[in-house]
Amino acid sequence: MKFLGFVIVCLTGGLLLYGTMDLPDWGDPASPASTHLSDYYIEHILEETRVPNLVTAVLADYRGYDTMFETAVVFCAGLACFLLLRDFRPKKDRYFRHIPTGVMLHVKNPEIRIIPGNEFEHMDREWVPSDRIIKTVCRILIPFIQIYALYVVAHGDFSPGGGFQGGVIFGSSLILMAISYNLKTLMKRVTEKFLSIFAATGVLIYVGLGVLAMIMGGRFLDYGMLAPLVPWDPGHIRALGMLGVEIGVGIAVMAVMVIIYVNIVSEGRHDEGL
Amino acid sequence: MTELVGLIVAKYNFWLYIILMMIGLYAMIAKNNLMKKLVGMNIFQTAIILFYVSIGYKHGATLPIIQGDHGGHGTHGAVIHAAEYINPLPHVLMLTAIVVSVATFGVAMALCVRVYRRYQTLEEDELRIRLSEK
Repeated sequence: MKFLGFVIVCLTGGLLLYGTMDLPDWGDPASPASTHLSDYYIEHILEETRVPNLVTAVLADYRGYDTMFETAVVFCAGLACFLLLRDFRPKKDRYFRHIPTGVMLHVKNPEIRIIPGNEFEHMDREWVPSDRIIKTVCRILIPFIQIYALYVVAHGDFSPGGGFQGGVIFGSSLILMAISYNLKTLMKRVTEKFLSIFAATGVLIYVGLGVLAMIMGGRFLDYGMLAPLVPWDPGHIRALGMLGVEIGVGIAVMAVMVIIYVNIVSEGRHDEGL
Repeated sequence: MTELVGLIVAKYNFWLYIILMMIGLYAMIAKNNLMKKLVGMNIFQTAIILFYVSIGYKHGATLPIIQGDHGGHGTHGAVIHAAEYINPLPHVLMLTAIVVSVATFGVAMALCVRVYRRYQTLEEDELRIRLSEK
């Protein structure tokens, strides 16, 4: 099987390498990919949308449908992870620590209820004391990462950035919290309900802006029709519409990243993980 | 021979990406472990992403962000030449593809977790034995 696979790979690679002879040279400005639609985008986007970042303008305006369904795909991926892995059954073995004495309790009977609070504390099965250096550095870093993520989302129209990138940065800051402390610390601050609602809200903001444009008399996702809503700055209405859409994308991507991480590391139990 | 070298130098990006893509394909075909197959799939995707991004590159061009006009007050009469900015379209396509690939990779890993929970293995031949036992 390995040898056969190697032969197949060599044949395919040889054919593809032979095919590169017909492809344009690297960086050739006259290559077919860079001459037809691309020229139109570069020369007309600024006057049509007033957004200097061409990537964001194409992403959120010219290819708005594509991005909307990509967001829906990301949402569905989060949903699939949840449905595949989420496990609501109570665990048989639970570990608690009696805080005043430091004694560990191993509870095997699922009937017994111990409410974690001032006296008892939930413990992971393989509990390792978190390193103070890692905890402190992460505690200081996480707010800055999150502000940077918000910056990336908010300035997506004018500088490199956008909803996808900002959402991933924000989500990774939350994942960093789960890694540096433990999963329970994250789930206490960012509950599952919160994440699910946010993932749906992001998609809803995107679709809602499209429907709003329809209500205002335009076509679906035609941000130009939203101008009466912002009378103080109607010239930038397309940039503002794109910003709204990017915020939706960012929220959805952030929530889905965390949902996927949490479900995979804890095998759907949401109690302990990496 | 010099012809071939000239050909490779002019298109070395495509050669590199095809080699990378074939590494991913080989991992998907020949590896026995499902996680290794997934890693191969990710290498394959990365090669395609790099391929698209390299198509958008133009010599002597800069980032696809129009310079010197960050208020959107028209173009100040300056004409924008398409040759000055690289092609934004492949970047747009790959931007979404990267995030979607991460999301689908998450789903694939979730499936692997389920498979492992049920059969206690991710090795393909062992899985086949377990499946035939049932």
